[in-house]
Amino acid sequence: MIFLGLGDRTWLWLASACYLIGFALGTAALLRDRRQPRLVVYGAVAAGFILQTVGLYVRGHAVGGCPIGNTFEIFQFTAWSSISLYLVVGATFRLSLLGYFTSCLSTALTLASLATPAWDATRHVAAFGGNAWVEFHAALALFSYGVFALLALTSIMYLLQTYSLKRKHLHGLFSFLPSILELDQISVRLLVTGVILMSWSLGVGSVHWMQDFSSVDHAKLLITTGVWIAYTAAMALRLWSRLISQRLAWTCIALFAIALLSLPLVNASRHPVAPTASAKAVKT
Amino acid sequence: MTDATSPMLFLLGATHHTAPLEVREKLALAGGKLEALHEVLRSLAGLREFAVLNTCNRVEIYGVAAGLATVDQLQASLCEINQIESAVFERIRLHLCDHSAVQHLIEVAAGVDSQMIGETEILGQVKEAYAAAQRDGTTGPILNRVFQKSFQAAKHVRTHTAIGEGQISVATVAVDLALKIFGDLQPCHVLVLGAGEIGEKTARAFRSRGAGAITVASRTLAHAEELAGSLSARAIPFERVAEGLSGFDIAVCSTAAPEPVVTQAMAAAAMRRRTPRPLFFIDLAMPRNIAPDVADLANVFLYNLDDLAKIAEENLALRQAAIDRARTLLAEKASALWQQVAPRIGADHPAG
Repeated sequence: MIFLGLGDRTWLWLASACYLIGFALGTAALLRDRRQPRLVVYGAVAAGFILQTVGLYVRGHAVGGCPIGNTFEIFQFTAWSSISLYLVVGATFRLSLLGYFTSCLSTALTLASLATPAWDATRHVAAFGGNAWVEFHAALALFSYGVFALLALTSIMYLLQTYSLKRKHLHGLFSFLPSILELDQISVRLLVTGVILMSWSLGVGSVHWMQDFSSVDHAKLLITTGVWIAYTAAMALRLWSRLISQRLAWTCIALFAIALLSLPLVNASRHPVAPTASAKAVKT
Repeated sequence: MTDATSPMLFLLGATHHTAPLEVREKLALAGGKLEALHEVLRSLAGLREFAVLNTCNRVEIYGVAAGLATVDQLQASLCEINQIESAVFERIRLHLCDHSAVQHLIEVAAGVDSQMIGETEILGQVKEAYAAAQRDGTTGPILNRVFQKSFQAAKHVRTHTAIGEGQISVATVAVDLALKIFGDLQPCHVLVLGAGEIGEKTARAFRSRGAGAITVASRTLAHAEELAGSLSARAIPFERVAEGLSGFDIAVCSTAAPEPVVTQAMAAAAMRRRTPRPLFFIDLAMPRNIAPDVADLANVFLYNLDDLAKIAEENLALRQAAIDRARTLLAEKASALWQQVAPRIGADHPAG
């Protein structure tokens, strides 16, 4: 499908360029030891978000559902989720440098997916068989990954700020980081939000799974529940003050890396879903 | 070039750059001298506008005069009020006219001319001096424009250079570090261990930046109570510090104890009892009050006197590095302002 004369990948390239501009502007400000041009970075990221939304919308029309059917789409959707959350969190909590780090992550995710044609070689049309609940489950799960992506970023910022204060290196990038307590508070909120979204997603998915146990591959089941259990355990330990400060930050980064790396495996192990009447209608 | 008989914008006074402390003490317009000077200046025939900036480091009179003779009369009055010989004043005086006076005022307002480069207090003092002159009706179109534009220029240079970045005293560096850890000091509970001068200064810095609760502990409870009284704080006996350490977010230590008063075991025990909030130790004592291995604990931050002094020095060096750029920016602003003001001096205040 073409929208305003441009295909989905062109829109997504343009979005990626906006994220790159936000990242480049932030880097330039840091190199000049200047405060981040927050509004400019926010504007570039917001523009990228709009372009990416259009691109995913166009792709969604083309595949007849939520565009999360192959690795390319999964990476794009994860970047889109973290950006959408940043646009809310960044405006609400005004955490300096979060926009910079988010634009950096989104640039990496979107450029990597666009530059790897193999990830987009096969498009799954109506990948969820037109089953709205399965599609909702998948979209929710990926949105929670977007939240965990942002959590990984705030965790990196926490570790950088701790390093800066412990080692007494306070200038350059470190001088613009938010306070330890602010980063801890926002990380806890993101962790709780991510776990709630993922639990909701798994709850929805489990209803479908209990109707047909063979519909979900064992590998996918193990990986997704493993990621969910790990994040839920991290959240519980943090709320009981058993997992705090640097250990919590490292845990969140490691968990996101595992979750991200496991996504292609989850995608590869997905069973084709029998198309419903509505799915057939989309295909025809 | 300024003609001796044509109207001019001038600055007359002395600063820490031109006068030693003992002379500045004599020149300080305290104890009714400022009011007396105002009376004299009001009655000075050729003086059309004036404003007096009087701080611990400078006495500066900005004005619009009919000619150099008026400035000479003003100088004589200033010397008379301060009981200082004209010859002595001549040696230490700062006398600038027109464009140079404008540039000086802009640099003063921006903190470039201050002893502590980039300090912000001076801008408030210049604003107060201007406000007082306005209240007294001694400013006019020239000084109004020059002062108001100076404030804008000061703000501009602070935004676009590193002239005001970083704190340059031990106490304020400690407060800045606390902000990097806690973000907001209002919910923080500060413990001041030792009632000495440096501890008091740091406690006051925390209070002025919004620290919500301060507790003072000293081996002599009466000293703790005295300091606590002046800080609107609470005093506790020194013996209760160990058991209550977990209730504090920031501990400022400056006792004369020869051995550490906070050990790693004490800090670790406090951290176990705390919610997962960080604990910030500021060791201002010599010998040190806090065992260095306290810094190895997770979520604990320890800074000693040397650390704070080093940060203050680094910040000062950064400010000094920014001075050239700041001066260039200010010179551009001063030139532009002078071009606007110069034609109006003769027009608004014709000679004679």
